[in-house]
Amino acid sequence: MKIVPPLKEIERYLGYRGIRPDDQVKETIEDAVAEMIPVMTPRSVHKIFDIDYLGEDRIEFAGLTIRSDGLARNLAGCDKVIMAAFTVGIGVDRLIRRYERSDIMRAAILQAAGAAAVEEYCDIINEQIRCYAEATGHALKPRYSPGYGDLPLDLQKDFERILGMNKTCGISLTDSLLMIPSKSVTAFIGMIPSSEHVPESHDNCEECSLYGKCGFSKS
Amino acid sequence: MRDLIDKLGNGWLFCDGGFGTLLQEKGLKGGELPEMWNITRPDDIYDIYSAYLNAGADIINANTFGANIFKYGDDLEKIIKAGVELAVKARLDCGRCNAYVALDMGSLGKLLEPMGDLSFDEAYEVFARNIRAGAEAGADLILIETMTDLYEVKAAVLAARENCDLPVIVTCVFDTEGRMLTGGTVEAAVALLEGLKVDALGINCSLSPAEMYPVVKRIVEASSTPVVVNPNAGLPVVEDGRTIFTVGPEEFVEQMTGIASLGVSVVGGCCGTTPAHIKLLKDTVSKMPFIPVTAKDDCVVSSGSASVTIGGGRGTVVIGERINPTGKKRFKEALRENDIDYIIGEGIRQEDQGADILDVNVGLPEIDEPAMMESVVKELQSVTNLPLQIDTTDINALERALRIYNGKPMINSVNGKKENIEQVMPLVAKYGGVLVALALDEDGIPDNADDRINIAKKILKAADSYGIPRKDIVIDGLCMTISSDTSSAVTTLETVRRATEELKCNTVLGVSNISFGLPAREIVNSNFLTMAILSGLSSAIINPGCEPMMQALTASNALLNRDPQCMKFINRNGNYIPYAKLVAGEAAAGSDGAAGTAAVQASTANTLYDCVRRGLKDGAVAATKAELGSRDSMAIINEDLIPALDEVGKGFEKGTVFLPQLLMSADAAKAAFEVIKSSMAGARQEIKGRIIMATVKGDIHDIGKNIVKVMLENYGYEVIDLGKDVPPEVIVETAVREDIKLVGLSALMTTTVVNMEETIKQLKAAKPDCKTVVGGAVLTQEYADMIGADHYAKDAMATVRYADEVFGK
Repeated sequence: MKIVPPLKEIERYLGYRGIRPDDQVKETIEDAVAEMIPVMTPRSVHKIFDIDYLGEDRIEFAGLTIRSDGLARNLAGCDKVIMAAFTVGIGVDRLIRRYERSDIMRAAILQAAGAAAVEEYCDIINEQIRCYAEATGHALKPRYSPGYGDLPLDLQKDFERILGMNKTCGISLTDSLLMIPSKSVTAFIGMIPSSEHVPESHDNCEECSLYGKCGFSKS
Repeated sequence: MRDLIDKLGNGWLFCDGGFGTLLQEKGLKGGELPEMWNITRPDDIYDIYSAYLNAGADIINANTFGANIFKYGDDLEKIIKAGVELAVKARLDCGRCNAYVALDMGSLGKLLEPMGDLSFDEAYEVFARNIRAGAEAGADLILIETMTDLYEVKAAVLAARENCDLPVIVTCVFDTEGRMLTGGTVEAAVALLEGLKVDALGINCSLSPAEMYPVVKRIVEASSTPVVVNPNAGLPVVEDGRTIFTVGPEEFVEQMTGIASLGVSVVGGCCGTTPAHIKLLKDTVSKMPFIPVTAKDDCVVSSGSASVTIGGGRGTVVIGERINPTGKKRFKEALRENDIDYIIGEGIRQEDQGADILDVNVGLPEIDEPAMMESVVKELQSVTNLPLQIDTTDINALERALRIYNGKPMINSVNGKKENIEQVMPLVAKYGGVLVALALDEDGIPDNADDRINIAKKILKAADSYGIPRKDIVIDGLCMTISSDTSSAVTTLETVRRATEELKCNTVLGVSNISFGLPAREIVNSNFLTMAILSGLSSAIINPGCEPMMQALTASNALLNRDPQCMKFINRNGNYIPYAKLVAGEAAAGSDGAAGTAAVQASTANTLYDCVRRGLKDGAVAATKAELGSRDSMAIINEDLIPALDEVGKGFEKGTVFLPQLLMSADAAKAAFEVIKSSMAGARQEIKGRIIMATVKGDIHDIGKNIVKVMLENYGYEVIDLGKDVPPEVIVETAVREDIKLVGLSALMTTTVVNMEETIKQLKAAKPDCKTVVGGAVLTQEYADMIGADHYAKDAMATVRYADEVFGK
């Protein structure tokens, strides 16, 4: 699978707002992306679970009990939930590390391009999952990740345990619960019966703890 | 049970099949720790062992795959003991005394440093604890399986070798392209594992036999060691919440017969395979002719992700010589100042210039060479895919490097002296490697090829007695300058030819020595290289940045039919400008006199100020070199470099310049500083102040910190970079020892900001006059205030401004 991170997203991660980079920078970005694409090894894993309990105080599925208002709101109306992990692989980290030593600008661009690439990959797999979900009469809610809003980062350990994401995708966790490769995503994706689904904005920045203080917001 | 080693590779052996799937059928819940059942449900575990023994498996895995101290703490030994003892009991009860019980070990689930946060030594210790427990409980062999990272494999194999005397088998997970999850190829894996002398190696999990077929073929083609193949029963599908594997016994075995005919020695199954799969597999495959393992002749060196083959009719391999202080003032200074970045930069540049292998020599009398060797090897292997050549005469440095190197390295060198052989060869035998053998001994360097060849023979014989295969010895015929003995090149070429033809060995030369003391050394060196390649030279230690040498090498490889379709030659020399044209071009420019030169300058707009402002790295380097002829270096820094950086920096602060441009200028300035630094190597340089930069404990992403570091250095600060995942104690200890006035801390996540707070607390207590500046993705002014930081810097420029404030500049 070839993933091409959208240029606009890379620019956003690089801090460009309202202005496009000049040709020289644009050329460097394109060159860096061309170098990054062959070293990416995208992998993902997901499992689908019935939601056993969904209330204001807690959510239960897959043997987990989660207390999070944000996730509860996200999953409102869902009867199933998907746990998924995505990565574009350790090659991107190696490339960034290499350029941190020799060309810091390229390292920064690759950092942004890698972040855009894993999001793009998530979207591609998300579409595949959507096809499956629609076949079972479901629509998908936006991805919701540990560490976002009030959803505890500790859940990363449960993703590892339940999805075996180390063995299947090569994603491992540090003691401080960072994922390696760094360009990796874990997420819950709610499945809601199509009849109850109301389409909504994908860019729910306002739930984020950095809302208003972040240079990368989409709005 | 030592007879397993005799059986391996001399007849069919069968492994068991999947364990997890059978446990799930018996009621193991998702997320429940399977090894716990050794204690809580021993009868069920015993039943599974018995089922595989009755199905005919010769090697059964104890239920210890995921057991390690991270998951079980001090219950570990109890759990491993129970798992192994149950298997031993089942073997007795089933009347299968000829079967073997493996201590099964999988990945620890954590990635090793520097990409991850588990140190190599720690990984070793964790594996060692399992191995001691398993061996004590009566395991017959160590099976290291489902491995996804070669570095972790090395830690596990060393732990096995040093903590028990049982046979060791290793199988890794490869994708259909023959790559491991962390990038290692089939050939790199085989090189590493054979270097470590495992008793069998192979592949398991992830793929069905049909998908595995091409990968297994590559393993068999590379391996002189018996090959093990344990595939999955196809890809898992989830039905009604349960994981199902779709390939049944008949289909599985039909696919396996193809693999069995490739020349593998041990077959079995992994996820989804059952006793029924294994029974039919044994019934079918044991009737097929067994193909014994054949020894392969390739001389292979490897890194954690790639391999390079020397000789065998391939083009001459380039070993980059630049990581070496000999005759290099700037490099020596870098070693003395512990400036690892400079050294790593030399490595990266050589890779870009076309090196296949990097020689690493960091020997300097006044430094701790073993420690320096270890850090340089660790850092280099995290940024380059190229295999390394460990070049040292310090035996401790050699062992440290061999131990932590991620791959099968080249080793420079051994010679014919008895004492030297006795020091070096045991290490090469233990860790694996391709050994450069210098044709000299107690009597010095012979002046004729006969005696050099005799020394080579002596070394080959010694290697054989240590169990180092002949293919892993590369003969160095020795280059001595023709300026002192005009026959010396002839002797060297003759030695290379005879080592190639008579000894059937690969060869190497440190080519540039041949011209020492002569003018126009490039001409002598490149012509000599061509002659040496024709004489059979299979690898050359040269500077890949020296164009005439690379031209001679690529042309020779093409001419000798060692460059398929001449592709390497074409790729390297496609933009070549003929010499006559080059000379004519310069003459034309020259004839215009001063106007011509001015036109060239104007067209590139290459004042140093402009180059830095516009981020033109090459231009900045050229302009600095030109300026150094007429101006003082401090004037260049204060009048051009800093003002240009400042202009860009102010633009960044105002929001008219964005991060890429800021960094592009920073890089150009850095390159200009490097030129100035080289010109004054040895002289004392003025610095504005010394600052510690660190990414706090728990945080392993440090690009933000590195950006700040580049900016600070450009503004004249000396940065002590403690790296990432740095414990508070290390930061405090360094600040006190070095009497540091400003510490910059970076954290990416809320979970690690607590470590930032702890660092600040300890720092304030131990060194109250030291200021702290913090930054990072989740940091805000409020956060910074909360954790007691002296200053919050929202970006790199803000850090520079604060440093100027602290140091009163």
